[in-house]
Amino acid sequence: MNKLPKWVDIALIPFINLVLALVVSGLVVLFIGESPFEALSIMVNGAVGSSYGWGYTLYYATNFIFTGLAVSVAFQARLFNIGGEGQALIGGLGVALTCLAVPWPHWSLALPFAILGGAAFGAAWAAIPAYLQAKRGSHIVITTIMFNYIAATLLVYLLVNVLKKKGSMAPETARFPEGAFLPSAYDMAGWIGLKFSKSAPLNITFFIALICCVLVYLLIWRTRLGYQIRAFGHSEPAARYAGIPPVRITMITMMISGALAGLMGINAVMGEAERLVIDSVQGAGFVGIAVALMGRSHPAGVLVAGLLFGMLYQGGGELEFEIPAVSRDMILVIQGLVILFTGALDNMIRMPVERLFLRLRKGAA
Amino acid sequence: MDLNTILQILDSTLRLATPLLFACLAGLFSERAGVFDIGLEGKMLAAAFMAASVAYFSGSVWIGLLGGVAASMTLALVHGVASITFRGNQLISGVAINFLAAGITVVVGKDWFEMGGRTPALEGPARFQDIVLPFAGTLRDVPLIGPIYFEVISGHTILVYVGLLAVLVTWWVLFRTRFGLRLRAVGENPESVDTAGVSVVGLRYTAVLICGFLCGLAGVFLSTGLTAGFTNNMSAGRGFIALAALIFAKWRPAYALMACLLFGLLGALENRFQNIDVFGIPIPTQFMQALPYILTVVILAGFVGKAVPPRAGGEPYVKER
Repeated sequence: MNKLPKWVDIALIPFINLVLALVVSGLVVLFIGESPFEALSIMVNGAVGSSYGWGYTLYYATNFIFTGLAVSVAFQARLFNIGGEGQALIGGLGVALTCLAVPWPHWSLALPFAILGGAAFGAAWAAIPAYLQAKRGSHIVITTIMFNYIAATLLVYLLVNVLKKKGSMAPETARFPEGAFLPSAYDMAGWIGLKFSKSAPLNITFFIALICCVLVYLLIWRTRLGYQIRAFGHSEPAARYAGIPPVRITMITMMISGALAGLMGINAVMGEAERLVIDSVQGAGFVGIAVALMGRSHPAGVLVAGLLFGMLYQGGGELEFEIPAVSRDMILVIQGLVILFTGALDNMIRMPVERLFLRLRKGAA
Repeated sequence: MDLNTILQILDSTLRLATPLLFACLAGLFSERAGVFDIGLEGKMLAAAFMAASVAYFSGSVWIGLLGGVAASMTLALVHGVASITFRGNQLISGVAINFLAAGITVVVGKDWFEMGGRTPALEGPARFQDIVLPFAGTLRDVPLIGPIYFEVISGHTILVYVGLLAVLVTWWVLFRTRFGLRLRAVGENPESVDTAGVSVVGLRYTAVLICGFLCGLAGVFLSTGLTAGFTNNMSAGRGFIALAALIFAKWRPAYALMACLLFGLLGALENRFQNIDVFGIPIPTQFMQALPYILTVVILAGFVGKAVPPRAGGEPYVKER
């Protein structure tokens, strides 16, 4: 019996990993001659110190929860979906096409259809690599990377040649009809008589992200399909022996994953930009990998990690504003270190911690 | 299209293929030894930055080259520690390295040069100069062969020729030496290598470091040969195109050269023409940009010849006790 207590596995080890990533990031800040503590306090303050800060933090968090859930669902079946970026781009296209197709009278009518559009496009973009993995054995990591680039060039082509607003130079679609504008945090706070920053992009999609967390939890741990997905992830031969069809599970899991990534378009395209621009995703698809790793592929963990990365993105933006010597790209460094420590170097912390607990247990017995 | 245009396109094909070639051979060593590497992009970027910075400070491109290679090999070592020693997920480690490099080059670059992450333009001995091969001038007037020799083959920086030589050396090392045999074996069946009393860990570390070295040369060429200085994210997906070329080449050196030349040609055509007509049908430039990726997916799908990766690729080796 050498298993770790659950809280160590899901809380202590990720926490130590996060601290290590922050310490190394602090060393980088120190290296360029700035104070890491000052930088940290500016970041925290910028992220959660005002309703404006919260408005951006939660807006980014919404994106990251969607892409984090996307990566997590695929991880449950031991599929590494690195294509969240492309799926979210194409999902955004689906959202935009839905919004532009009809002169929507009210957002409550436009939203369900936009959700369908984004999810369907995202799922379709994930379905091709899934099919190639399941049927032809093509490595899903490589194909999803390739599909990210193909999605990006496809979108440039469509925006420049097909979807561009007439008479405009910028490669973006026309603004969506007013009936497709989602209520912002400012509007929603107004409904219940509260005040919230007007310029922050946080909108109703945040609640959709929360609902998705619950739905993913129910799917993975409370349904037959979820059980099949997890069984497939644990051992493909065993799942096959138990009569779980591998092709079907791979396809369904990846399409759910792609649909979740595609839903990010609701937040970024419909909620914030209100038009489709060239790069609506801005790396959020890749942040999803870090979020899923830190959140141990569990919706609750994804929620917490998504919020943390939301703070990181908003706080990092403020950082450059306050200390110009520290570039906004510091976010990428921290992100890379978090992925490195929580994902690739996990055993570096896990092995000594396991040994420590084993010794404690022996001492107690 | 006249002969001159064709020669110019071929000339730039060779130029654009060189960084792909170095990165592709880098990946070849690593993946043949059973360590997947999707961090080629990041290593290339870090090397490009360090090479340009060190060359600027020292005024010598050769010292810059050392700096660039050192940066790339450091990241390769991180990848090795994560994926060999701590048996972490090799793909995740690669993703981390890509982010780390994309961030740290700009953060440090802004601090050192205050030019928004770029380095100052490199001049004179701080960058690689084009070499005119012997007799290029005299042979120029010989019909056909003369212009090809003068325009396409002569007049590149030394790294272009090193790249071509590296293909030969890679083939020789992998297929004609004992080290190469062991390296390939460790990527197919590490147990057998271990049984023979050869260190799996040692071989894999060596392969990963060779990968770092070659990837470093790719980056060095980007910032001191192809251009004169570093700009933000200048690798621009080349690491992934190199990965695509590696699959396209089915992990073989000679095919790698051909795949890189093909992808280089696509790049050269795209730079030269805004729109290309094929039998009257206009081909958008975006399609040309996406073509390497589309071709790779087609190859991976096994519709045109099957690409089979090294069998133990991606699996950390756990010695039986």
